Amino acid sequence: MAAPLSVEVEFGGGAELLFDGVKKHQVTLPEQEEPWDIRNLLVWIKKNLLKERPELFIQGDSVRPGILVLINDADWELLGELDYQLQDKDSVLFISTLHGG
Amino acid sequence: MPAPPCTSCHAARAALRRPHSGHALCGACFCATFEAEVLHTVLAGRLLPPGAVVAVGASGGKDSTVLAHVLRELAPRLDISLQLVAVDEGIGGYRDAALAAVRRQAARWELPLTIVAYADLFGGWTMDAVARSTAGSGRSRSCCTFCGVLRRRALEEGARLVGATHIVTGHNADDMAETVLMNFLRGDTGRLARGGGLGSPGEGGALPRCRPLQFASQKEVVLYAHFRRLDYFSEECVYAPEAFRGHARDLLKLLEAARPSAVLDLVHSAERLALAPAALPPRPGACSRCGALASRALCQACALLDGLNRGRPRLAIGKGRRGLDEEGAPRDRARPPASEAIPAF
Repeated sequence: MAAPLSVEVEFGGGAELLFDGVKKHQVTLPEQEEPWDIRNLLVWIKKNLLKERPELFIQGDSVRPGILVLINDADWELLGELDYQLQDKDSVLFISTLHGG
Repeated sequence: MPAPPCTSCHAARAALRRPHSGHALCGACFCATFEAEVLHTVLAGRLLPPGAVVAVGASGGKDSTVLAHVLRELAPRLDISLQLVAVDEGIGGYRDAALAAVRRQAARWELPLTIVAYADLFGGWTMDAVARSTAGSGRSRSCCTFCGVLRRRALEEGARLVGATHIVTGHNADDMAETVLMNFLRGDTGRLARGGGLGSPGEGGALPRCRPLQFASQKEVVLYAHFRRLDYFSEECVYAPEAFRGHARDLLKLLEAARPSAVLDLVHSAERLALAPAALPPRPGACSRCGALASRALCQACALLDGLNRGRPRLAIGKGRRGLDEEGAPRDRARPPASEAIPAF
């Protein structure tokens, strides 16, 4: 069993517009059988935080191409991407590169 | 699983993987490298000579924010002075917030800012008014075509107003690669032929233009802004979702996922592209109204404004443009439609 996790989820670069314009979210991920990784964090975000047009944030089981993911201020590409296992007090930042210019 | 160490300083943890090279760098090494690469682009291409007065097309968005910030860092070494020039297209609710971001930047960086408005330059036409006049055509995506052409003209006027010798815009490698894809998809050989290189040397009396971020990927531009904690405006223009560019962008992102170097490879492909002699575009002449470069009697900006003022805004776009050649075109060669959302510098 994975214990509940307290995680900071942040959106920027325009991605926050899909979340009522709110950038920072302090969330508690409930206890579950499997460990919490980014893959099931995205499912949780889609169910609990995403307010509109989910296809602009999530495609398939990952983020839409063009959305950058930083875990504790480091590129998720260095950390296993969807397979990264979340730790208590982690911060996950999603930055859209697709807005404006 | 912690991030690997930075491949440059070997001291700090890496903060990103660079899309083209795959190198893992920490935030400090990445920002220093990014600035050094922009410096190299400017020096190697001889884009901005010492003493240049450089007008930075400033939209408040990520690209021009990063461009202005980096050039401000490099200005003493390049011996150039900077002027921010912003364009107010007259798009209610959108541009006002973006211009507020530009004003904050100008104040923080102590750079002079000049704002030029479509309404003042183009006989009262704002983008909102243009959109209303083209909406009935059933192809409102042409908004971006109008706006791209008019913004280019407006930036030129603004730069002249402040005595600039050069214009820089924030187009990044992804913007350039999208444009290459779009030109291919439309068979627009003229634009493909002109699209390579780092800008235009300033033909037909226009100020020289260049794109110092042309080899920087979108990801790196955004992460540079993030690590340097730059404040920028990031809302989509209300008219942009209609544009063809969105499809090119989605396609490019899929290509990049399969092959991370695809973006820069496309930019380089366009540079090396050679057209068969029969496909070469005609040498441009001068616009009979304003004197700017034109491949027809009127340049694109004058043609679009002419169509708007005659109540036939679609005339100047695509095949309809032939209707404007009644005044006698210098050359008559069909041009493909030019609908494109040109990223706001």
